[in-house]
Amino acid sequence: MEHGGAALIAGVGLEAYLAVAAILFVTGIFGIFLNRKNVIVILMSIELMLLAVNINFVAFSAHLGDLVGQVFTLFVLTVAAAEAAIGLAILVCFFRNRGTIDVEDMNMMKG
Amino acid sequence: MNSDFALVVPEILMAAGAMLLLMVGAYGGEERQRNLITWASAGLMALVAAIVATRGGAEATAFGGAFVDDGFARFTKVLILTSSALMLVIGKEYLERRGILRFEYPILIVLATLGMMMMVSSGGLIALYMGLELQSLSLYVVAAFNRDSARSTEAGLKYFVLGALSSGMLLYGASLVYGYSGSTSFSAIAEVIADDGVSLGLTFGLVFICAGLAFKISAVPFHMWTPDVYEGAPTPVTAFFATAPKVAAGALFARALYDGFGNAVADWQQILVFISIASMFLGSIAAIGQSNLKRLLAYSSIGHMGFALVGLAAGTQAGAESLLTYLVIYVIMNIGTFAFILSMERDGKPVVQISDLAGLAETRPAQALALGVLMFSLAGIPPMVGFFAKFFVFKAAVDAGLAPLAVAGAVASVIGAYYYLNIVRVMYLSQAERPLEIRTNLIGQGALGLSALVMAAGWLPIFDGFGLPEMAAAAAQSLLR
Repeated sequence: MEHGGAALIAGVGLEAYLAVAAILFVTGIFGIFLNRKNVIVILMSIELMLLAVNINFVAFSAHLGDLVGQVFTLFVLTVAAAEAAIGLAILVCFFRNRGTIDVEDMNMMKG
Repeated sequence: MNSDFALVVPEILMAAGAMLLLMVGAYGGEERQRNLITWASAGLMALVAAIVATRGGAEATAFGGAFVDDGFARFTKVLILTSSALMLVIGKEYLERRGILRFEYPILIVLATLGMMMMVSSGGLIALYMGLELQSLSLYVVAAFNRDSARSTEAGLKYFVLGALSSGMLLYGASLVYGYSGSTSFSAIAEVIADDGVSLGLTFGLVFICAGLAFKISAVPFHMWTPDVYEGAPTPVTAFFATAPKVAAGALFARALYDGFGNAVADWQQILVFISIASMFLGSIAAIGQSNLKRLLAYSSIGHMGFALVGLAAGTQAGAESLLTYLVIYVIMNIGTFAFILSMERDGKPVVQISDLAGLAETRPAQALALGVLMFSLAGIPPMVGFFAKFFVFKAAVDAGLAPLAVAGAVASVIGAYYYLNIVRVMYLSQAERPLEIRTNLIGQGALGLSALVMAAGWLPIFDGFGLPEMAAAAAQSLLR
């Protein structure tokens, strides 16, 4: 508890970690919205967002000297694995029906 | 420790039951077992609902405050469990006739319901996230459940991508709230806010959490998935989406905002006022041009969630009370409406166009009358019960000093009345070339008739809302402590 910020690497402040996480998170969001090509890229972007959140949690956890953040990270990692499995499974079903995984082809329903 | 486990007996029953049924399905030969598993799942949910309903007692927490069992959680759990069980039973025949009732379906519904129970009982951000993900992951799969249909899998994929995005935003918000408050439990967060006020980091976290939760209840501007998923998913799944998950997400919204950020009402009130006005108007206006009944009900659900959030935006006990009342009435109306849509057929194939309803009043007067009552109720026209739902949320908003919000809501509900009444017009005034076939089954027609009766007569002095206002008041009181 008392060593507080010392758990972070010396010379690298909390802000640096938060900045990296924010950049990764925004990259993930843009990956989802700007990508017009492939659903796999979207899955990667989602993964990127969750990892950015993990960096946040671990950095805060070390900064606060509180373990709950790291426990949360483990939960997030587990859920992210399950999420990727389900996403890929649905994608496989979609590919069987349509023969494509292009984002542009997800257009059967509109309005 | 023992008392901790005693508190989560309903959840343990659900989890163990789901595992057991999964084993039965996996080893018992699917063909014979799927009927058994469907009924057993519905029975399990009804049993757990009965256990939760008969449990009284003051607020108790388990596992270091991560799990909260209070009147609010019990009230919403009973609502969630009964509506899930009902939707499972009502939709069963439809899936069976289309050959897509696999034994995984009821089990996924049970797991989703378990996730919802965790959501409404969450006492901190970790429990909130785990409950939400258990629910969401099960729902992604059921949306794509008709795996040979391009529409169903497309619906599942869209739901998955946008759902994962919203979970990411919610988590990012959770990480900021954790970092700037030093804890993930709602009570500790509330204490930090009471002592030090809302720091900039907490405000950012709050905004991200609200965005994630708004997605889950399909409020504007995070509603884009709703029409596509409602249209593409098999109708019983759409019916399920329109009931229990909406209740759970609405209750979770109330739980997070009141328990965690109850001392910062001014900070989240503006967010909620914005999303509720936007949802009410989008739900009312965008539905006008729809020809597909399921798509229309998707916009209707967006609008109704906007109305429900008016109650939450008030930030008072009366607000939480009106939110709960609204959710109960909304669920009953949707059960009846979807029971009807599930029975619509032509040449043995399901149809979901509004034009298919033409001339229904002549061929099936009883069903047309029941659906007409439900449409009047959804539109919020007195003396139907749907009017009282809207009345209570608007009253809570006015009492909390948000009169403009209530006025906006009233205007939106007048606009929205157009498309509900249009359905009644098609049923009573249009001529059909070929009449619609209604597949009568006892459960579906019973649900339709009963929900129409409740909506028509529920607020007469003899029934007086079946004690709903009192129960909702008690539940809301326990939320505010």
